[in-house]
Amino acid sequence: MESVDWGFVLEQTLIQALGLNAAVYAIAAIGLNMHFGYAGLLNFGQAGFVAMGAYGMGIAVNQWGYPVWVAVLMGMLFSVGFAVLLGLPTLRLRADYLAIVTIAAAEIVRLVARSTALRDITRGAEGLNEFIGPFREFNPFNPSATYGIWFVQYRGNTFFAVVIGWTLAALFVLITYLLIRSPWGRVVKAIREDELAARALGKNAYRFKMQALIIGGVMGGFAGMVDAIGKATVQPDFFGAALTFFFWLVLILGGVGRVWAPIAGSILYWGLITFVQNTGRQLVDNGVIRTTIMDTNQIDQIRFWVVGGALALLMVYRPQGIFGSREEMALDAR
Amino acid sequence: MEMPGRPRTAMLFVAAILFFLLPTVAAFAQDSENVATRITVEDETGERVPVEGVAITVTDDQGNEVGAGATDAEGVFMLEVPEAGTYQLLLDDTTLPEGVSLTNSDRNPATVILREGQTGATIFALTSGDAVAAGGGVTLRQIAQLTVEGIKFGLFIAMAAIGLSLIFGTTGLVNFAHGELIGWGMLMAYFFNFYGLAGVFGWMASWPPPFGGGVNVIFAAVIAMVLGGALGWLLDAVIFSKLRARGVGLISQMVVTIGLSLILRYFFLFGFGGSPRFYQDYTAQSAIHIGIIDITPKDLVISGLSVLILIGVGLFLIMTRWGKAMRAVSDNRDLAESSGIDVQKVIRYVWVMGAGLAALGGVFDSLAETVRWDLGFRILLLVFAGVVLGGLGTAFGALVGSVIVGIGIQLSTVWLPTELKNVGALALLALVLIVRPQGLLGRRERVG
Amino acid sequence: MHADRSAVLAGVAAEPGVPKPDPILVADSLQRSFGGIRAVDVDHLEVQRGIITGLIGPNGAGKTTFFNLLTGFDQPDNGKKSFNGDSIDGKSPHALARQGMVRTFQLTKSLTKLSVIDNMKLGARHQSGESLWRSMLRPLWGSEEKAIEQRADELLVRFKLDHMREEYAGTLSGGQRKLLEMARALMSEPDLIMLDEPMAGVNPALTQSLLEHVKDLAGQGISVVFVEHDMDVVRDISDWVVVMAEGAVIAEGPHDSITANSDVIDAYLGTHHDAPLDVEVDLDWKEADG
Repeated sequence: MESVDWGFVLEQTLIQALGLNAAVYAIAAIGLNMHFGYAGLLNFGQAGFVAMGAYGMGIAVNQWGYPVWVAVLMGMLFSVGFAVLLGLPTLRLRADYLAIVTIAAAEIVRLVARSTALRDITRGAEGLNEFIGPFREFNPFNPSATYGIWFVQYRGNTFFAVVIGWTLAALFVLITYLLIRSPWGRVVKAIREDELAARALGKNAYRFKMQALIIGGVMGGFAGMVDAIGKATVQPDFFGAALTFFFWLVLILGGVGRVWAPIAGSILYWGLITFVQNTGRQLVDNGVIRTTIMDTNQIDQIRFWVVGGALALLMVYRPQGIFGSREEMALDAR
Repeated sequence: MEMPGRPRTAMLFVAAILFFLLPTVAAFAQDSENVATRITVEDETGERVPVEGVAITVTDDQGNEVGAGATDAEGVFMLEVPEAGTYQLLLDDTTLPEGVSLTNSDRNPATVILREGQTGATIFALTSGDAVAAGGGVTLRQIAQLTVEGIKFGLFIAMAAIGLSLIFGTTGLVNFAHGELIGWGMLMAYFFNFYGLAGVFGWMASWPPPFGGGVNVIFAAVIAMVLGGALGWLLDAVIFSKLRARGVGLISQMVVTIGLSLILRYFFLFGFGGSPRFYQDYTAQSAIHIGIIDITPKDLVISGLSVLILIGVGLFLIMTRWGKAMRAVSDNRDLAESSGIDVQKVIRYVWVMGAGLAALGGVFDSLAETVRWDLGFRILLLVFAGVVLGGLGTAFGALVGSVIVGIGIQLSTVWLPTELKNVGALALLALVLIVRPQGLLGRRERVG
Repeated sequence: MHADRSAVLAGVAAEPGVPKPDPILVADSLQRSFGGIRAVDVDHLEVQRGIITGLIGPNGAGKTTFFNLLTGFDQPDNGKKSFNGDSIDGKSPHALARQGMVRTFQLTKSLTKLSVIDNMKLGARHQSGESLWRSMLRPLWGSEEKAIEQRADELLVRFKLDHMREEYAGTLSGGQRKLLEMARALMSEPDLIMLDEPMAGVNPALTQSLLEHVKDLAGQGISVVFVEHDMDVVRDISDWVVVMAEGAVIAEGPHDSITANSDVIDAYLGTHHDAPLDVEVDLDWKEADG
């Protein structure tokens, strides 16, 4: 008896590594790279930005019946508003304060979104489920057909979101590249290195940090919008604190402060997680691992151990990520 | 702070880990059992008024529906189920009367663990949102009651906050794994309260407690505190002292604590499971009346104990040599080092003390509420709020800040829906950062 | 040797707070306390345009705190200050830098993970490519960037750093970093340059070259203020010396009048002349830097 169906595991791994989740994580991590990799901002609340994008867009269609383009604009506006709200009190303070406030703020967003108090707007714990129609009208792919290469196949509706996702990811990498090689990017990197020096040279550090926070946050918002379009739903509990930590791992895996690293990191991350999970499940299902030791639910929890362990170990032993070189990275700045 | 002997600590620690790898709940299935729920709502005077006609659906742990129905005129819904086990009760909140909502929507569905021959009961607490807002009927009694509850909660937060603040003060590290130190204490107390070491080593079953069976939760709390300190010692000895020695940056260390927090938290879920549970002792107490305040005896005792312990910690920091050294290192590390203080040793003790206190805070908080795997992480943000409010790096600031956060959270329920009470506390945190970023008792340290 | 510069102050009395013919920077009743200890309490001070002013004093005299107050890195509890005749009360450091007052730091702040040339380009003021919207379109700022780069290269040659152009600033020696920081400050074409202990931690071989550069600045019409705790360094280059002790200005005047001043001698002998850097100041900045 075959204990693991490797063909199936490989198929699943590739589908996930190139799929919707990977694209969404890549986009969010590109935003995080702008925050942490270039501007040195410790944003531990990227999930909040993602939620803002998803809810902004979802509410506009689901609750208020606005057209798609207004909805996307609203997703962006929500993210911008969140960035400004977070940045105002914290960007003049030491970096750790931003870390604490962002993680708290992201949690606030989730709690408020799922509260009954705002149920008329956010639909509480059930989330937004009736907004996908107008978006699907733009779908050029046949929903009942599958698309892809080789055995990496996606259904038409998913494929639509996957295409949007990777296109946006590529666009955001390009924008990051253009920004970072410009004088603006020079100032932002200088602030990351030493804020006082930048200020002594006449740079309004506060303004630049705010701009970087907004740009990365809007990218995060787009991650939420793509996710919502791909899954046809916005669920408040998707935006928990753990989501932010996954983005961090994606960023660190790829290499902090490298333009295209979030894409590589995301593909790697989803490939790895799917591989471990599917192999584990099969080992349990086929009786190689006895259920007294571990059941399939518990296999899914192992994912968090892998993420946590990888995060800690990479940070200590290979802070430049898998692909980075040690020289230009923001991490040992302190 | 007394250090437990080294070999013994190691043994206990290993034992504790083994516990998590074993299946923890056995099912006893014989006769039929009942799942029951009582649904009531509090009116303006605080009397519980039953709510009729609220739809409930019961599912077993496989997700299969076992039965459904609605509450009767007593606000009670009862269902007979075929076997012991874990059941989920889902309340359909659209069937609630106008203006009434669940006090804590996190607890819907509610989980009931049924033992053989028992009736499992749960209560869905409801809040009548309009009662307070419309009538303007915020009574002095309500305010007093909320304040007392706030102080109680604030004291628990403070136990954890002192450690977090001192670790930050002495090392500059923001420890995102502090919530897991809280959770660790709670779970250890639960473990010794329920099983004793025999939960891992069956052959110890005939030994006296805490080896061969559950001990009273008071002793379990002491054990948990010692084990909490041991975990703090371990984390610093094995991880953070090494990172400091390697010159790993503070931001990197902070990310390491995040990784650590994920591992520990999901390790707790792995071993403990996702359902909330209760300690064996003092679970169902009725409140006693003191003046205009209602408080259960256990809450009174643990609040009193918290006060005593916090005073003890305060005296320790002010009077003793090690306490003074901790504050000195926290205040100005370089100066402390040059005046001959062994900074690394002080940091180690801070970890032990901080983790021990956090563990005890976790036990107390879970005694007042329920034992749940992610309790530490739920509280962590409030601990941060308390610490930042009081001033990062100051022990006494953390104490004051935490109590204010506790009171603020409870009092905010006068104006905010209960499910949003933590939001108010976190918003307060942001406000403090704008107005007085160094916190109430902190030193000015911002630039421009 | 710089008689033409000090000549402007020939008729000015050598006493604290004396008015000058053409002050570029004026401080009036500036006070700053830390936890009840008064670090700075300067009654009145005017800094003359176009000359080199040395700000000296024993350790703990409050020089660096005063310096931070003037440059906007710290805000006074009381008092007024003006620059080029305009009030600069409450202005932030970057606003002051844009008005033409630029500073360096005692512990050099070369941006270690930027190349030397990027460090230099950063110094230039009013770059349109620093606007978020324009930055993505190179044609909008390309020619300006070219001009900045040319100016940067000229300065690098002057400061003998041109061979390090593409290196990370982190690879420079301590003395080279001081030079880079000074050159970078010049990129902003300042009216007034404030140097915080420019010679501290520099090996003696480089000291002379640094001093020459400072003199050069004044030669180009830039006003210079520098902080120094060692009186001997000051002698060579300052046209005017201001002495601080215990937070206050206790004497000012040409170098010779200062060395003869009994208050100054008392202030210096009354403290440990050889003690290392001033602890109070270091602690303040440690937190801010972290």
